[in-house]
Amino acid sequence: MAVSDAFPFQKTKRMLGLFGNFDAAFEVIADIRRYKVPGLTVNDVTLKSPIEHPDIERVLGERPSNIPKFAFWGGLFGLVFGFIFLASAQANFLAMPQGGKAIITVPSNIVLAYEMMIMFGVLGTLVGFIIGGKLMRKSEGLYDTAISVDQIGIVIEVSQEQEQPLRELFSKHNVIEVHEETLP
Amino acid sequence: MPEPKRLTPKQVKDIDENIAWAKINADVLRSMENPRKGYGVAMFISVALFSVMIYAEIFQYMFGMGPAALNTSHMWDLYISTFVFWIGMSHSGTLLSAILHIIHADWRKPIYRFAEAMTTFSLLTAGIFPVIHLGRVWNFYWVLPYVSDRGLWPNFRSPLIWDAFAISTYLTSSILFLYIGMIPDLAICRDAAKGWRKRLYTWLSLGWRGDDAQWRSFRITYLIIACFLIPLAVSVHSIVSMDFAMAIMPGWHVTTFPPYFVAGALFSGCAGIITLFILLRYFFAFEHFMTMPILDKVCRLTFVIAMVWTYLNLIEFASVWYGHDIPSKEVLIAKATGPYSPLFWTMMFLGSVLPFSLLSGWVRRNMYVLFFISVLLNVGMWVERWMIVAPTLSLGYHPQAFNIMWPSWVEWAIVGGSFGWFGILFLVFVKVFPSVSMYEVKEMVYHRKRTIYVHDDEMMELHSGVPDSEESLRPAPQTTGGS
Repeated sequence: MAVSDAFPFQKTKRMLGLFGNFDAAFEVIADIRRYKVPGLTVNDVTLKSPIEHPDIERVLGERPSNIPKFAFWGGLFGLVFGFIFLASAQANFLAMPQGGKAIITVPSNIVLAYEMMIMFGVLGTLVGFIIGGKLMRKSEGLYDTAISVDQIGIVIEVSQEQEQPLRELFSKHNVIEVHEETLP
Repeated sequence: MPEPKRLTPKQVKDIDENIAWAKINADVLRSMENPRKGYGVAMFISVALFSVMIYAEIFQYMFGMGPAALNTSHMWDLYISTFVFWIGMSHSGTLLSAILHIIHADWRKPIYRFAEAMTTFSLLTAGIFPVIHLGRVWNFYWVLPYVSDRGLWPNFRSPLIWDAFAISTYLTSSILFLYIGMIPDLAICRDAAKGWRKRLYTWLSLGWRGDDAQWRSFRITYLIIACFLIPLAVSVHSIVSMDFAMAIMPGWHVTTFPPYFVAGALFSGCAGIITLFILLRYFFAFEHFMTMPILDKVCRLTFVIAMVWTYLNLIEFASVWYGHDIPSKEVLIAKATGPYSPLFWTMMFLGSVLPFSLLSGWVRRNMYVLFFISVLLNVGMWVERWMIVAPTLSLGYHPQAFNIMWPSWVEWAIVGGSFGWFGILFLVFVKVFPSVSMYEVKEMVYHRKRTIYVHDDEMMELHSGVPDSEESLRPAPQTTGGS
């Protein structure tokens, strides 16, 4: 019994099709939605493009992001940590006469904690961006520099059985070039 | 009656939507290799000014603060004036970029990159003045909040400490905003570069490949940071104003100072954007991207902000006048009639009258005149900062300390050199990094190409760019495989 019979959609290759515009690329994705390639879903599709298309969610579906949570927790940490840091530093002045003034000065600490909230909120957002955008990782091999110029790429991992139908689908929508690599 | 002259659609368009994406890449990447000769001249002038500053600083270092003409009542006149000026210059870049991004004003796209760079380098220029003012520059860390060797922290009630927090937060956030917005362009540079540039861009682009997940994360991140930056930018210049307003000195203890400073910062920043817009357009032959309609919009914005600044100025005068605090009133009268009065009226003319020239369409379309006006507007805003500082220090509460002070050559050299320092940083930046956002100009072109001009000034969305006529493309999730 062949391996492909036991695991009918075991991915063996990664294919990159390059297209001249978004419309052609979106038509390919639309056909994948219509199950023109057995076993492939939009969740298998990675779209690579030189710009962000505003309606990409309508094509690929909603894919949630955790970045706002990073921003929120970063900002909250900055606010709380900022106030505690300032208050504990001011506590040094307990040993010194303050002439009746408050040791922990709330109005000025609010100003400074506000700045710390923004600082850590921005830093938290940056961390979320690096994690969510899968940056600073060893990149997968399939890429073409034309994507950074003016072409749209569709990357899909396919099984042996899906390879030919996908090639035909790419050709139907005027693919410019197809790259492929064997998965380990 | 003659018909009013109508502009052709090409004249009112912010950008030519038929420009090819490949050409956008090629033009911007070429600009980093082969600028016009004016770039070299500007770099030479900047280095020359900076060299004079270095000489003046060494002179001040050798002979103390005396040659800077500072004295008891005038602790750091020109230095703090120029510090506030540079902080103000930093405002328009990031603040306007963030606001225009949030309201989807896409005409910002070709110009926001250099405006954000202006923010960063203005802050780095402002940061040298508190250090220079120390005299003992080796004690530069005194400007930071740190615990002393006796275990004591600085006085957190002092606005100068607030400055340190606010400016370091603003600098960090602005650098990140600039950097994150540049990542897709750094990937473009990486794909096209060779040698040391390739290594630099590969490292800085963080492995950007233009995946949909990366774009999605990028969009959310950029929006969130823009939202953080708007209140931050306002708070920074408000806090800088509190350096003065929290003091009880006559002329400084004014409640309108925070909005007045923010408006002044936006005003000088917008004028700075006009100046740099014209210079970069010339240096790098960016006529396709930095178009006259975009410059026209910046000019209109500058005029509006100038009027806000004028209003707040008048409010300040009125509140001092009717508040009837005698020392404050004397300072106000001295500003208009005393030894500094020529500067006061120069400020009023350059800040409040000259902006009316921007109402003229001829001025807004004449690059040479506009360059000259934008420089004059910033001269006016620099004089404004001097007029905030010097008259009050000349006329404090103690008559024995009344003292008119004019800056020495050392101060002028250091102030002039700060423009050289800014120029060096900025010119190196635009040579190493793309000063026009390639991917955003592509987005702008892409979306504008899908609009049709019904009338000269009216546009109709024709096509959203998605083949959504079929029901199968609606966002219903596709969860199972099948035939």
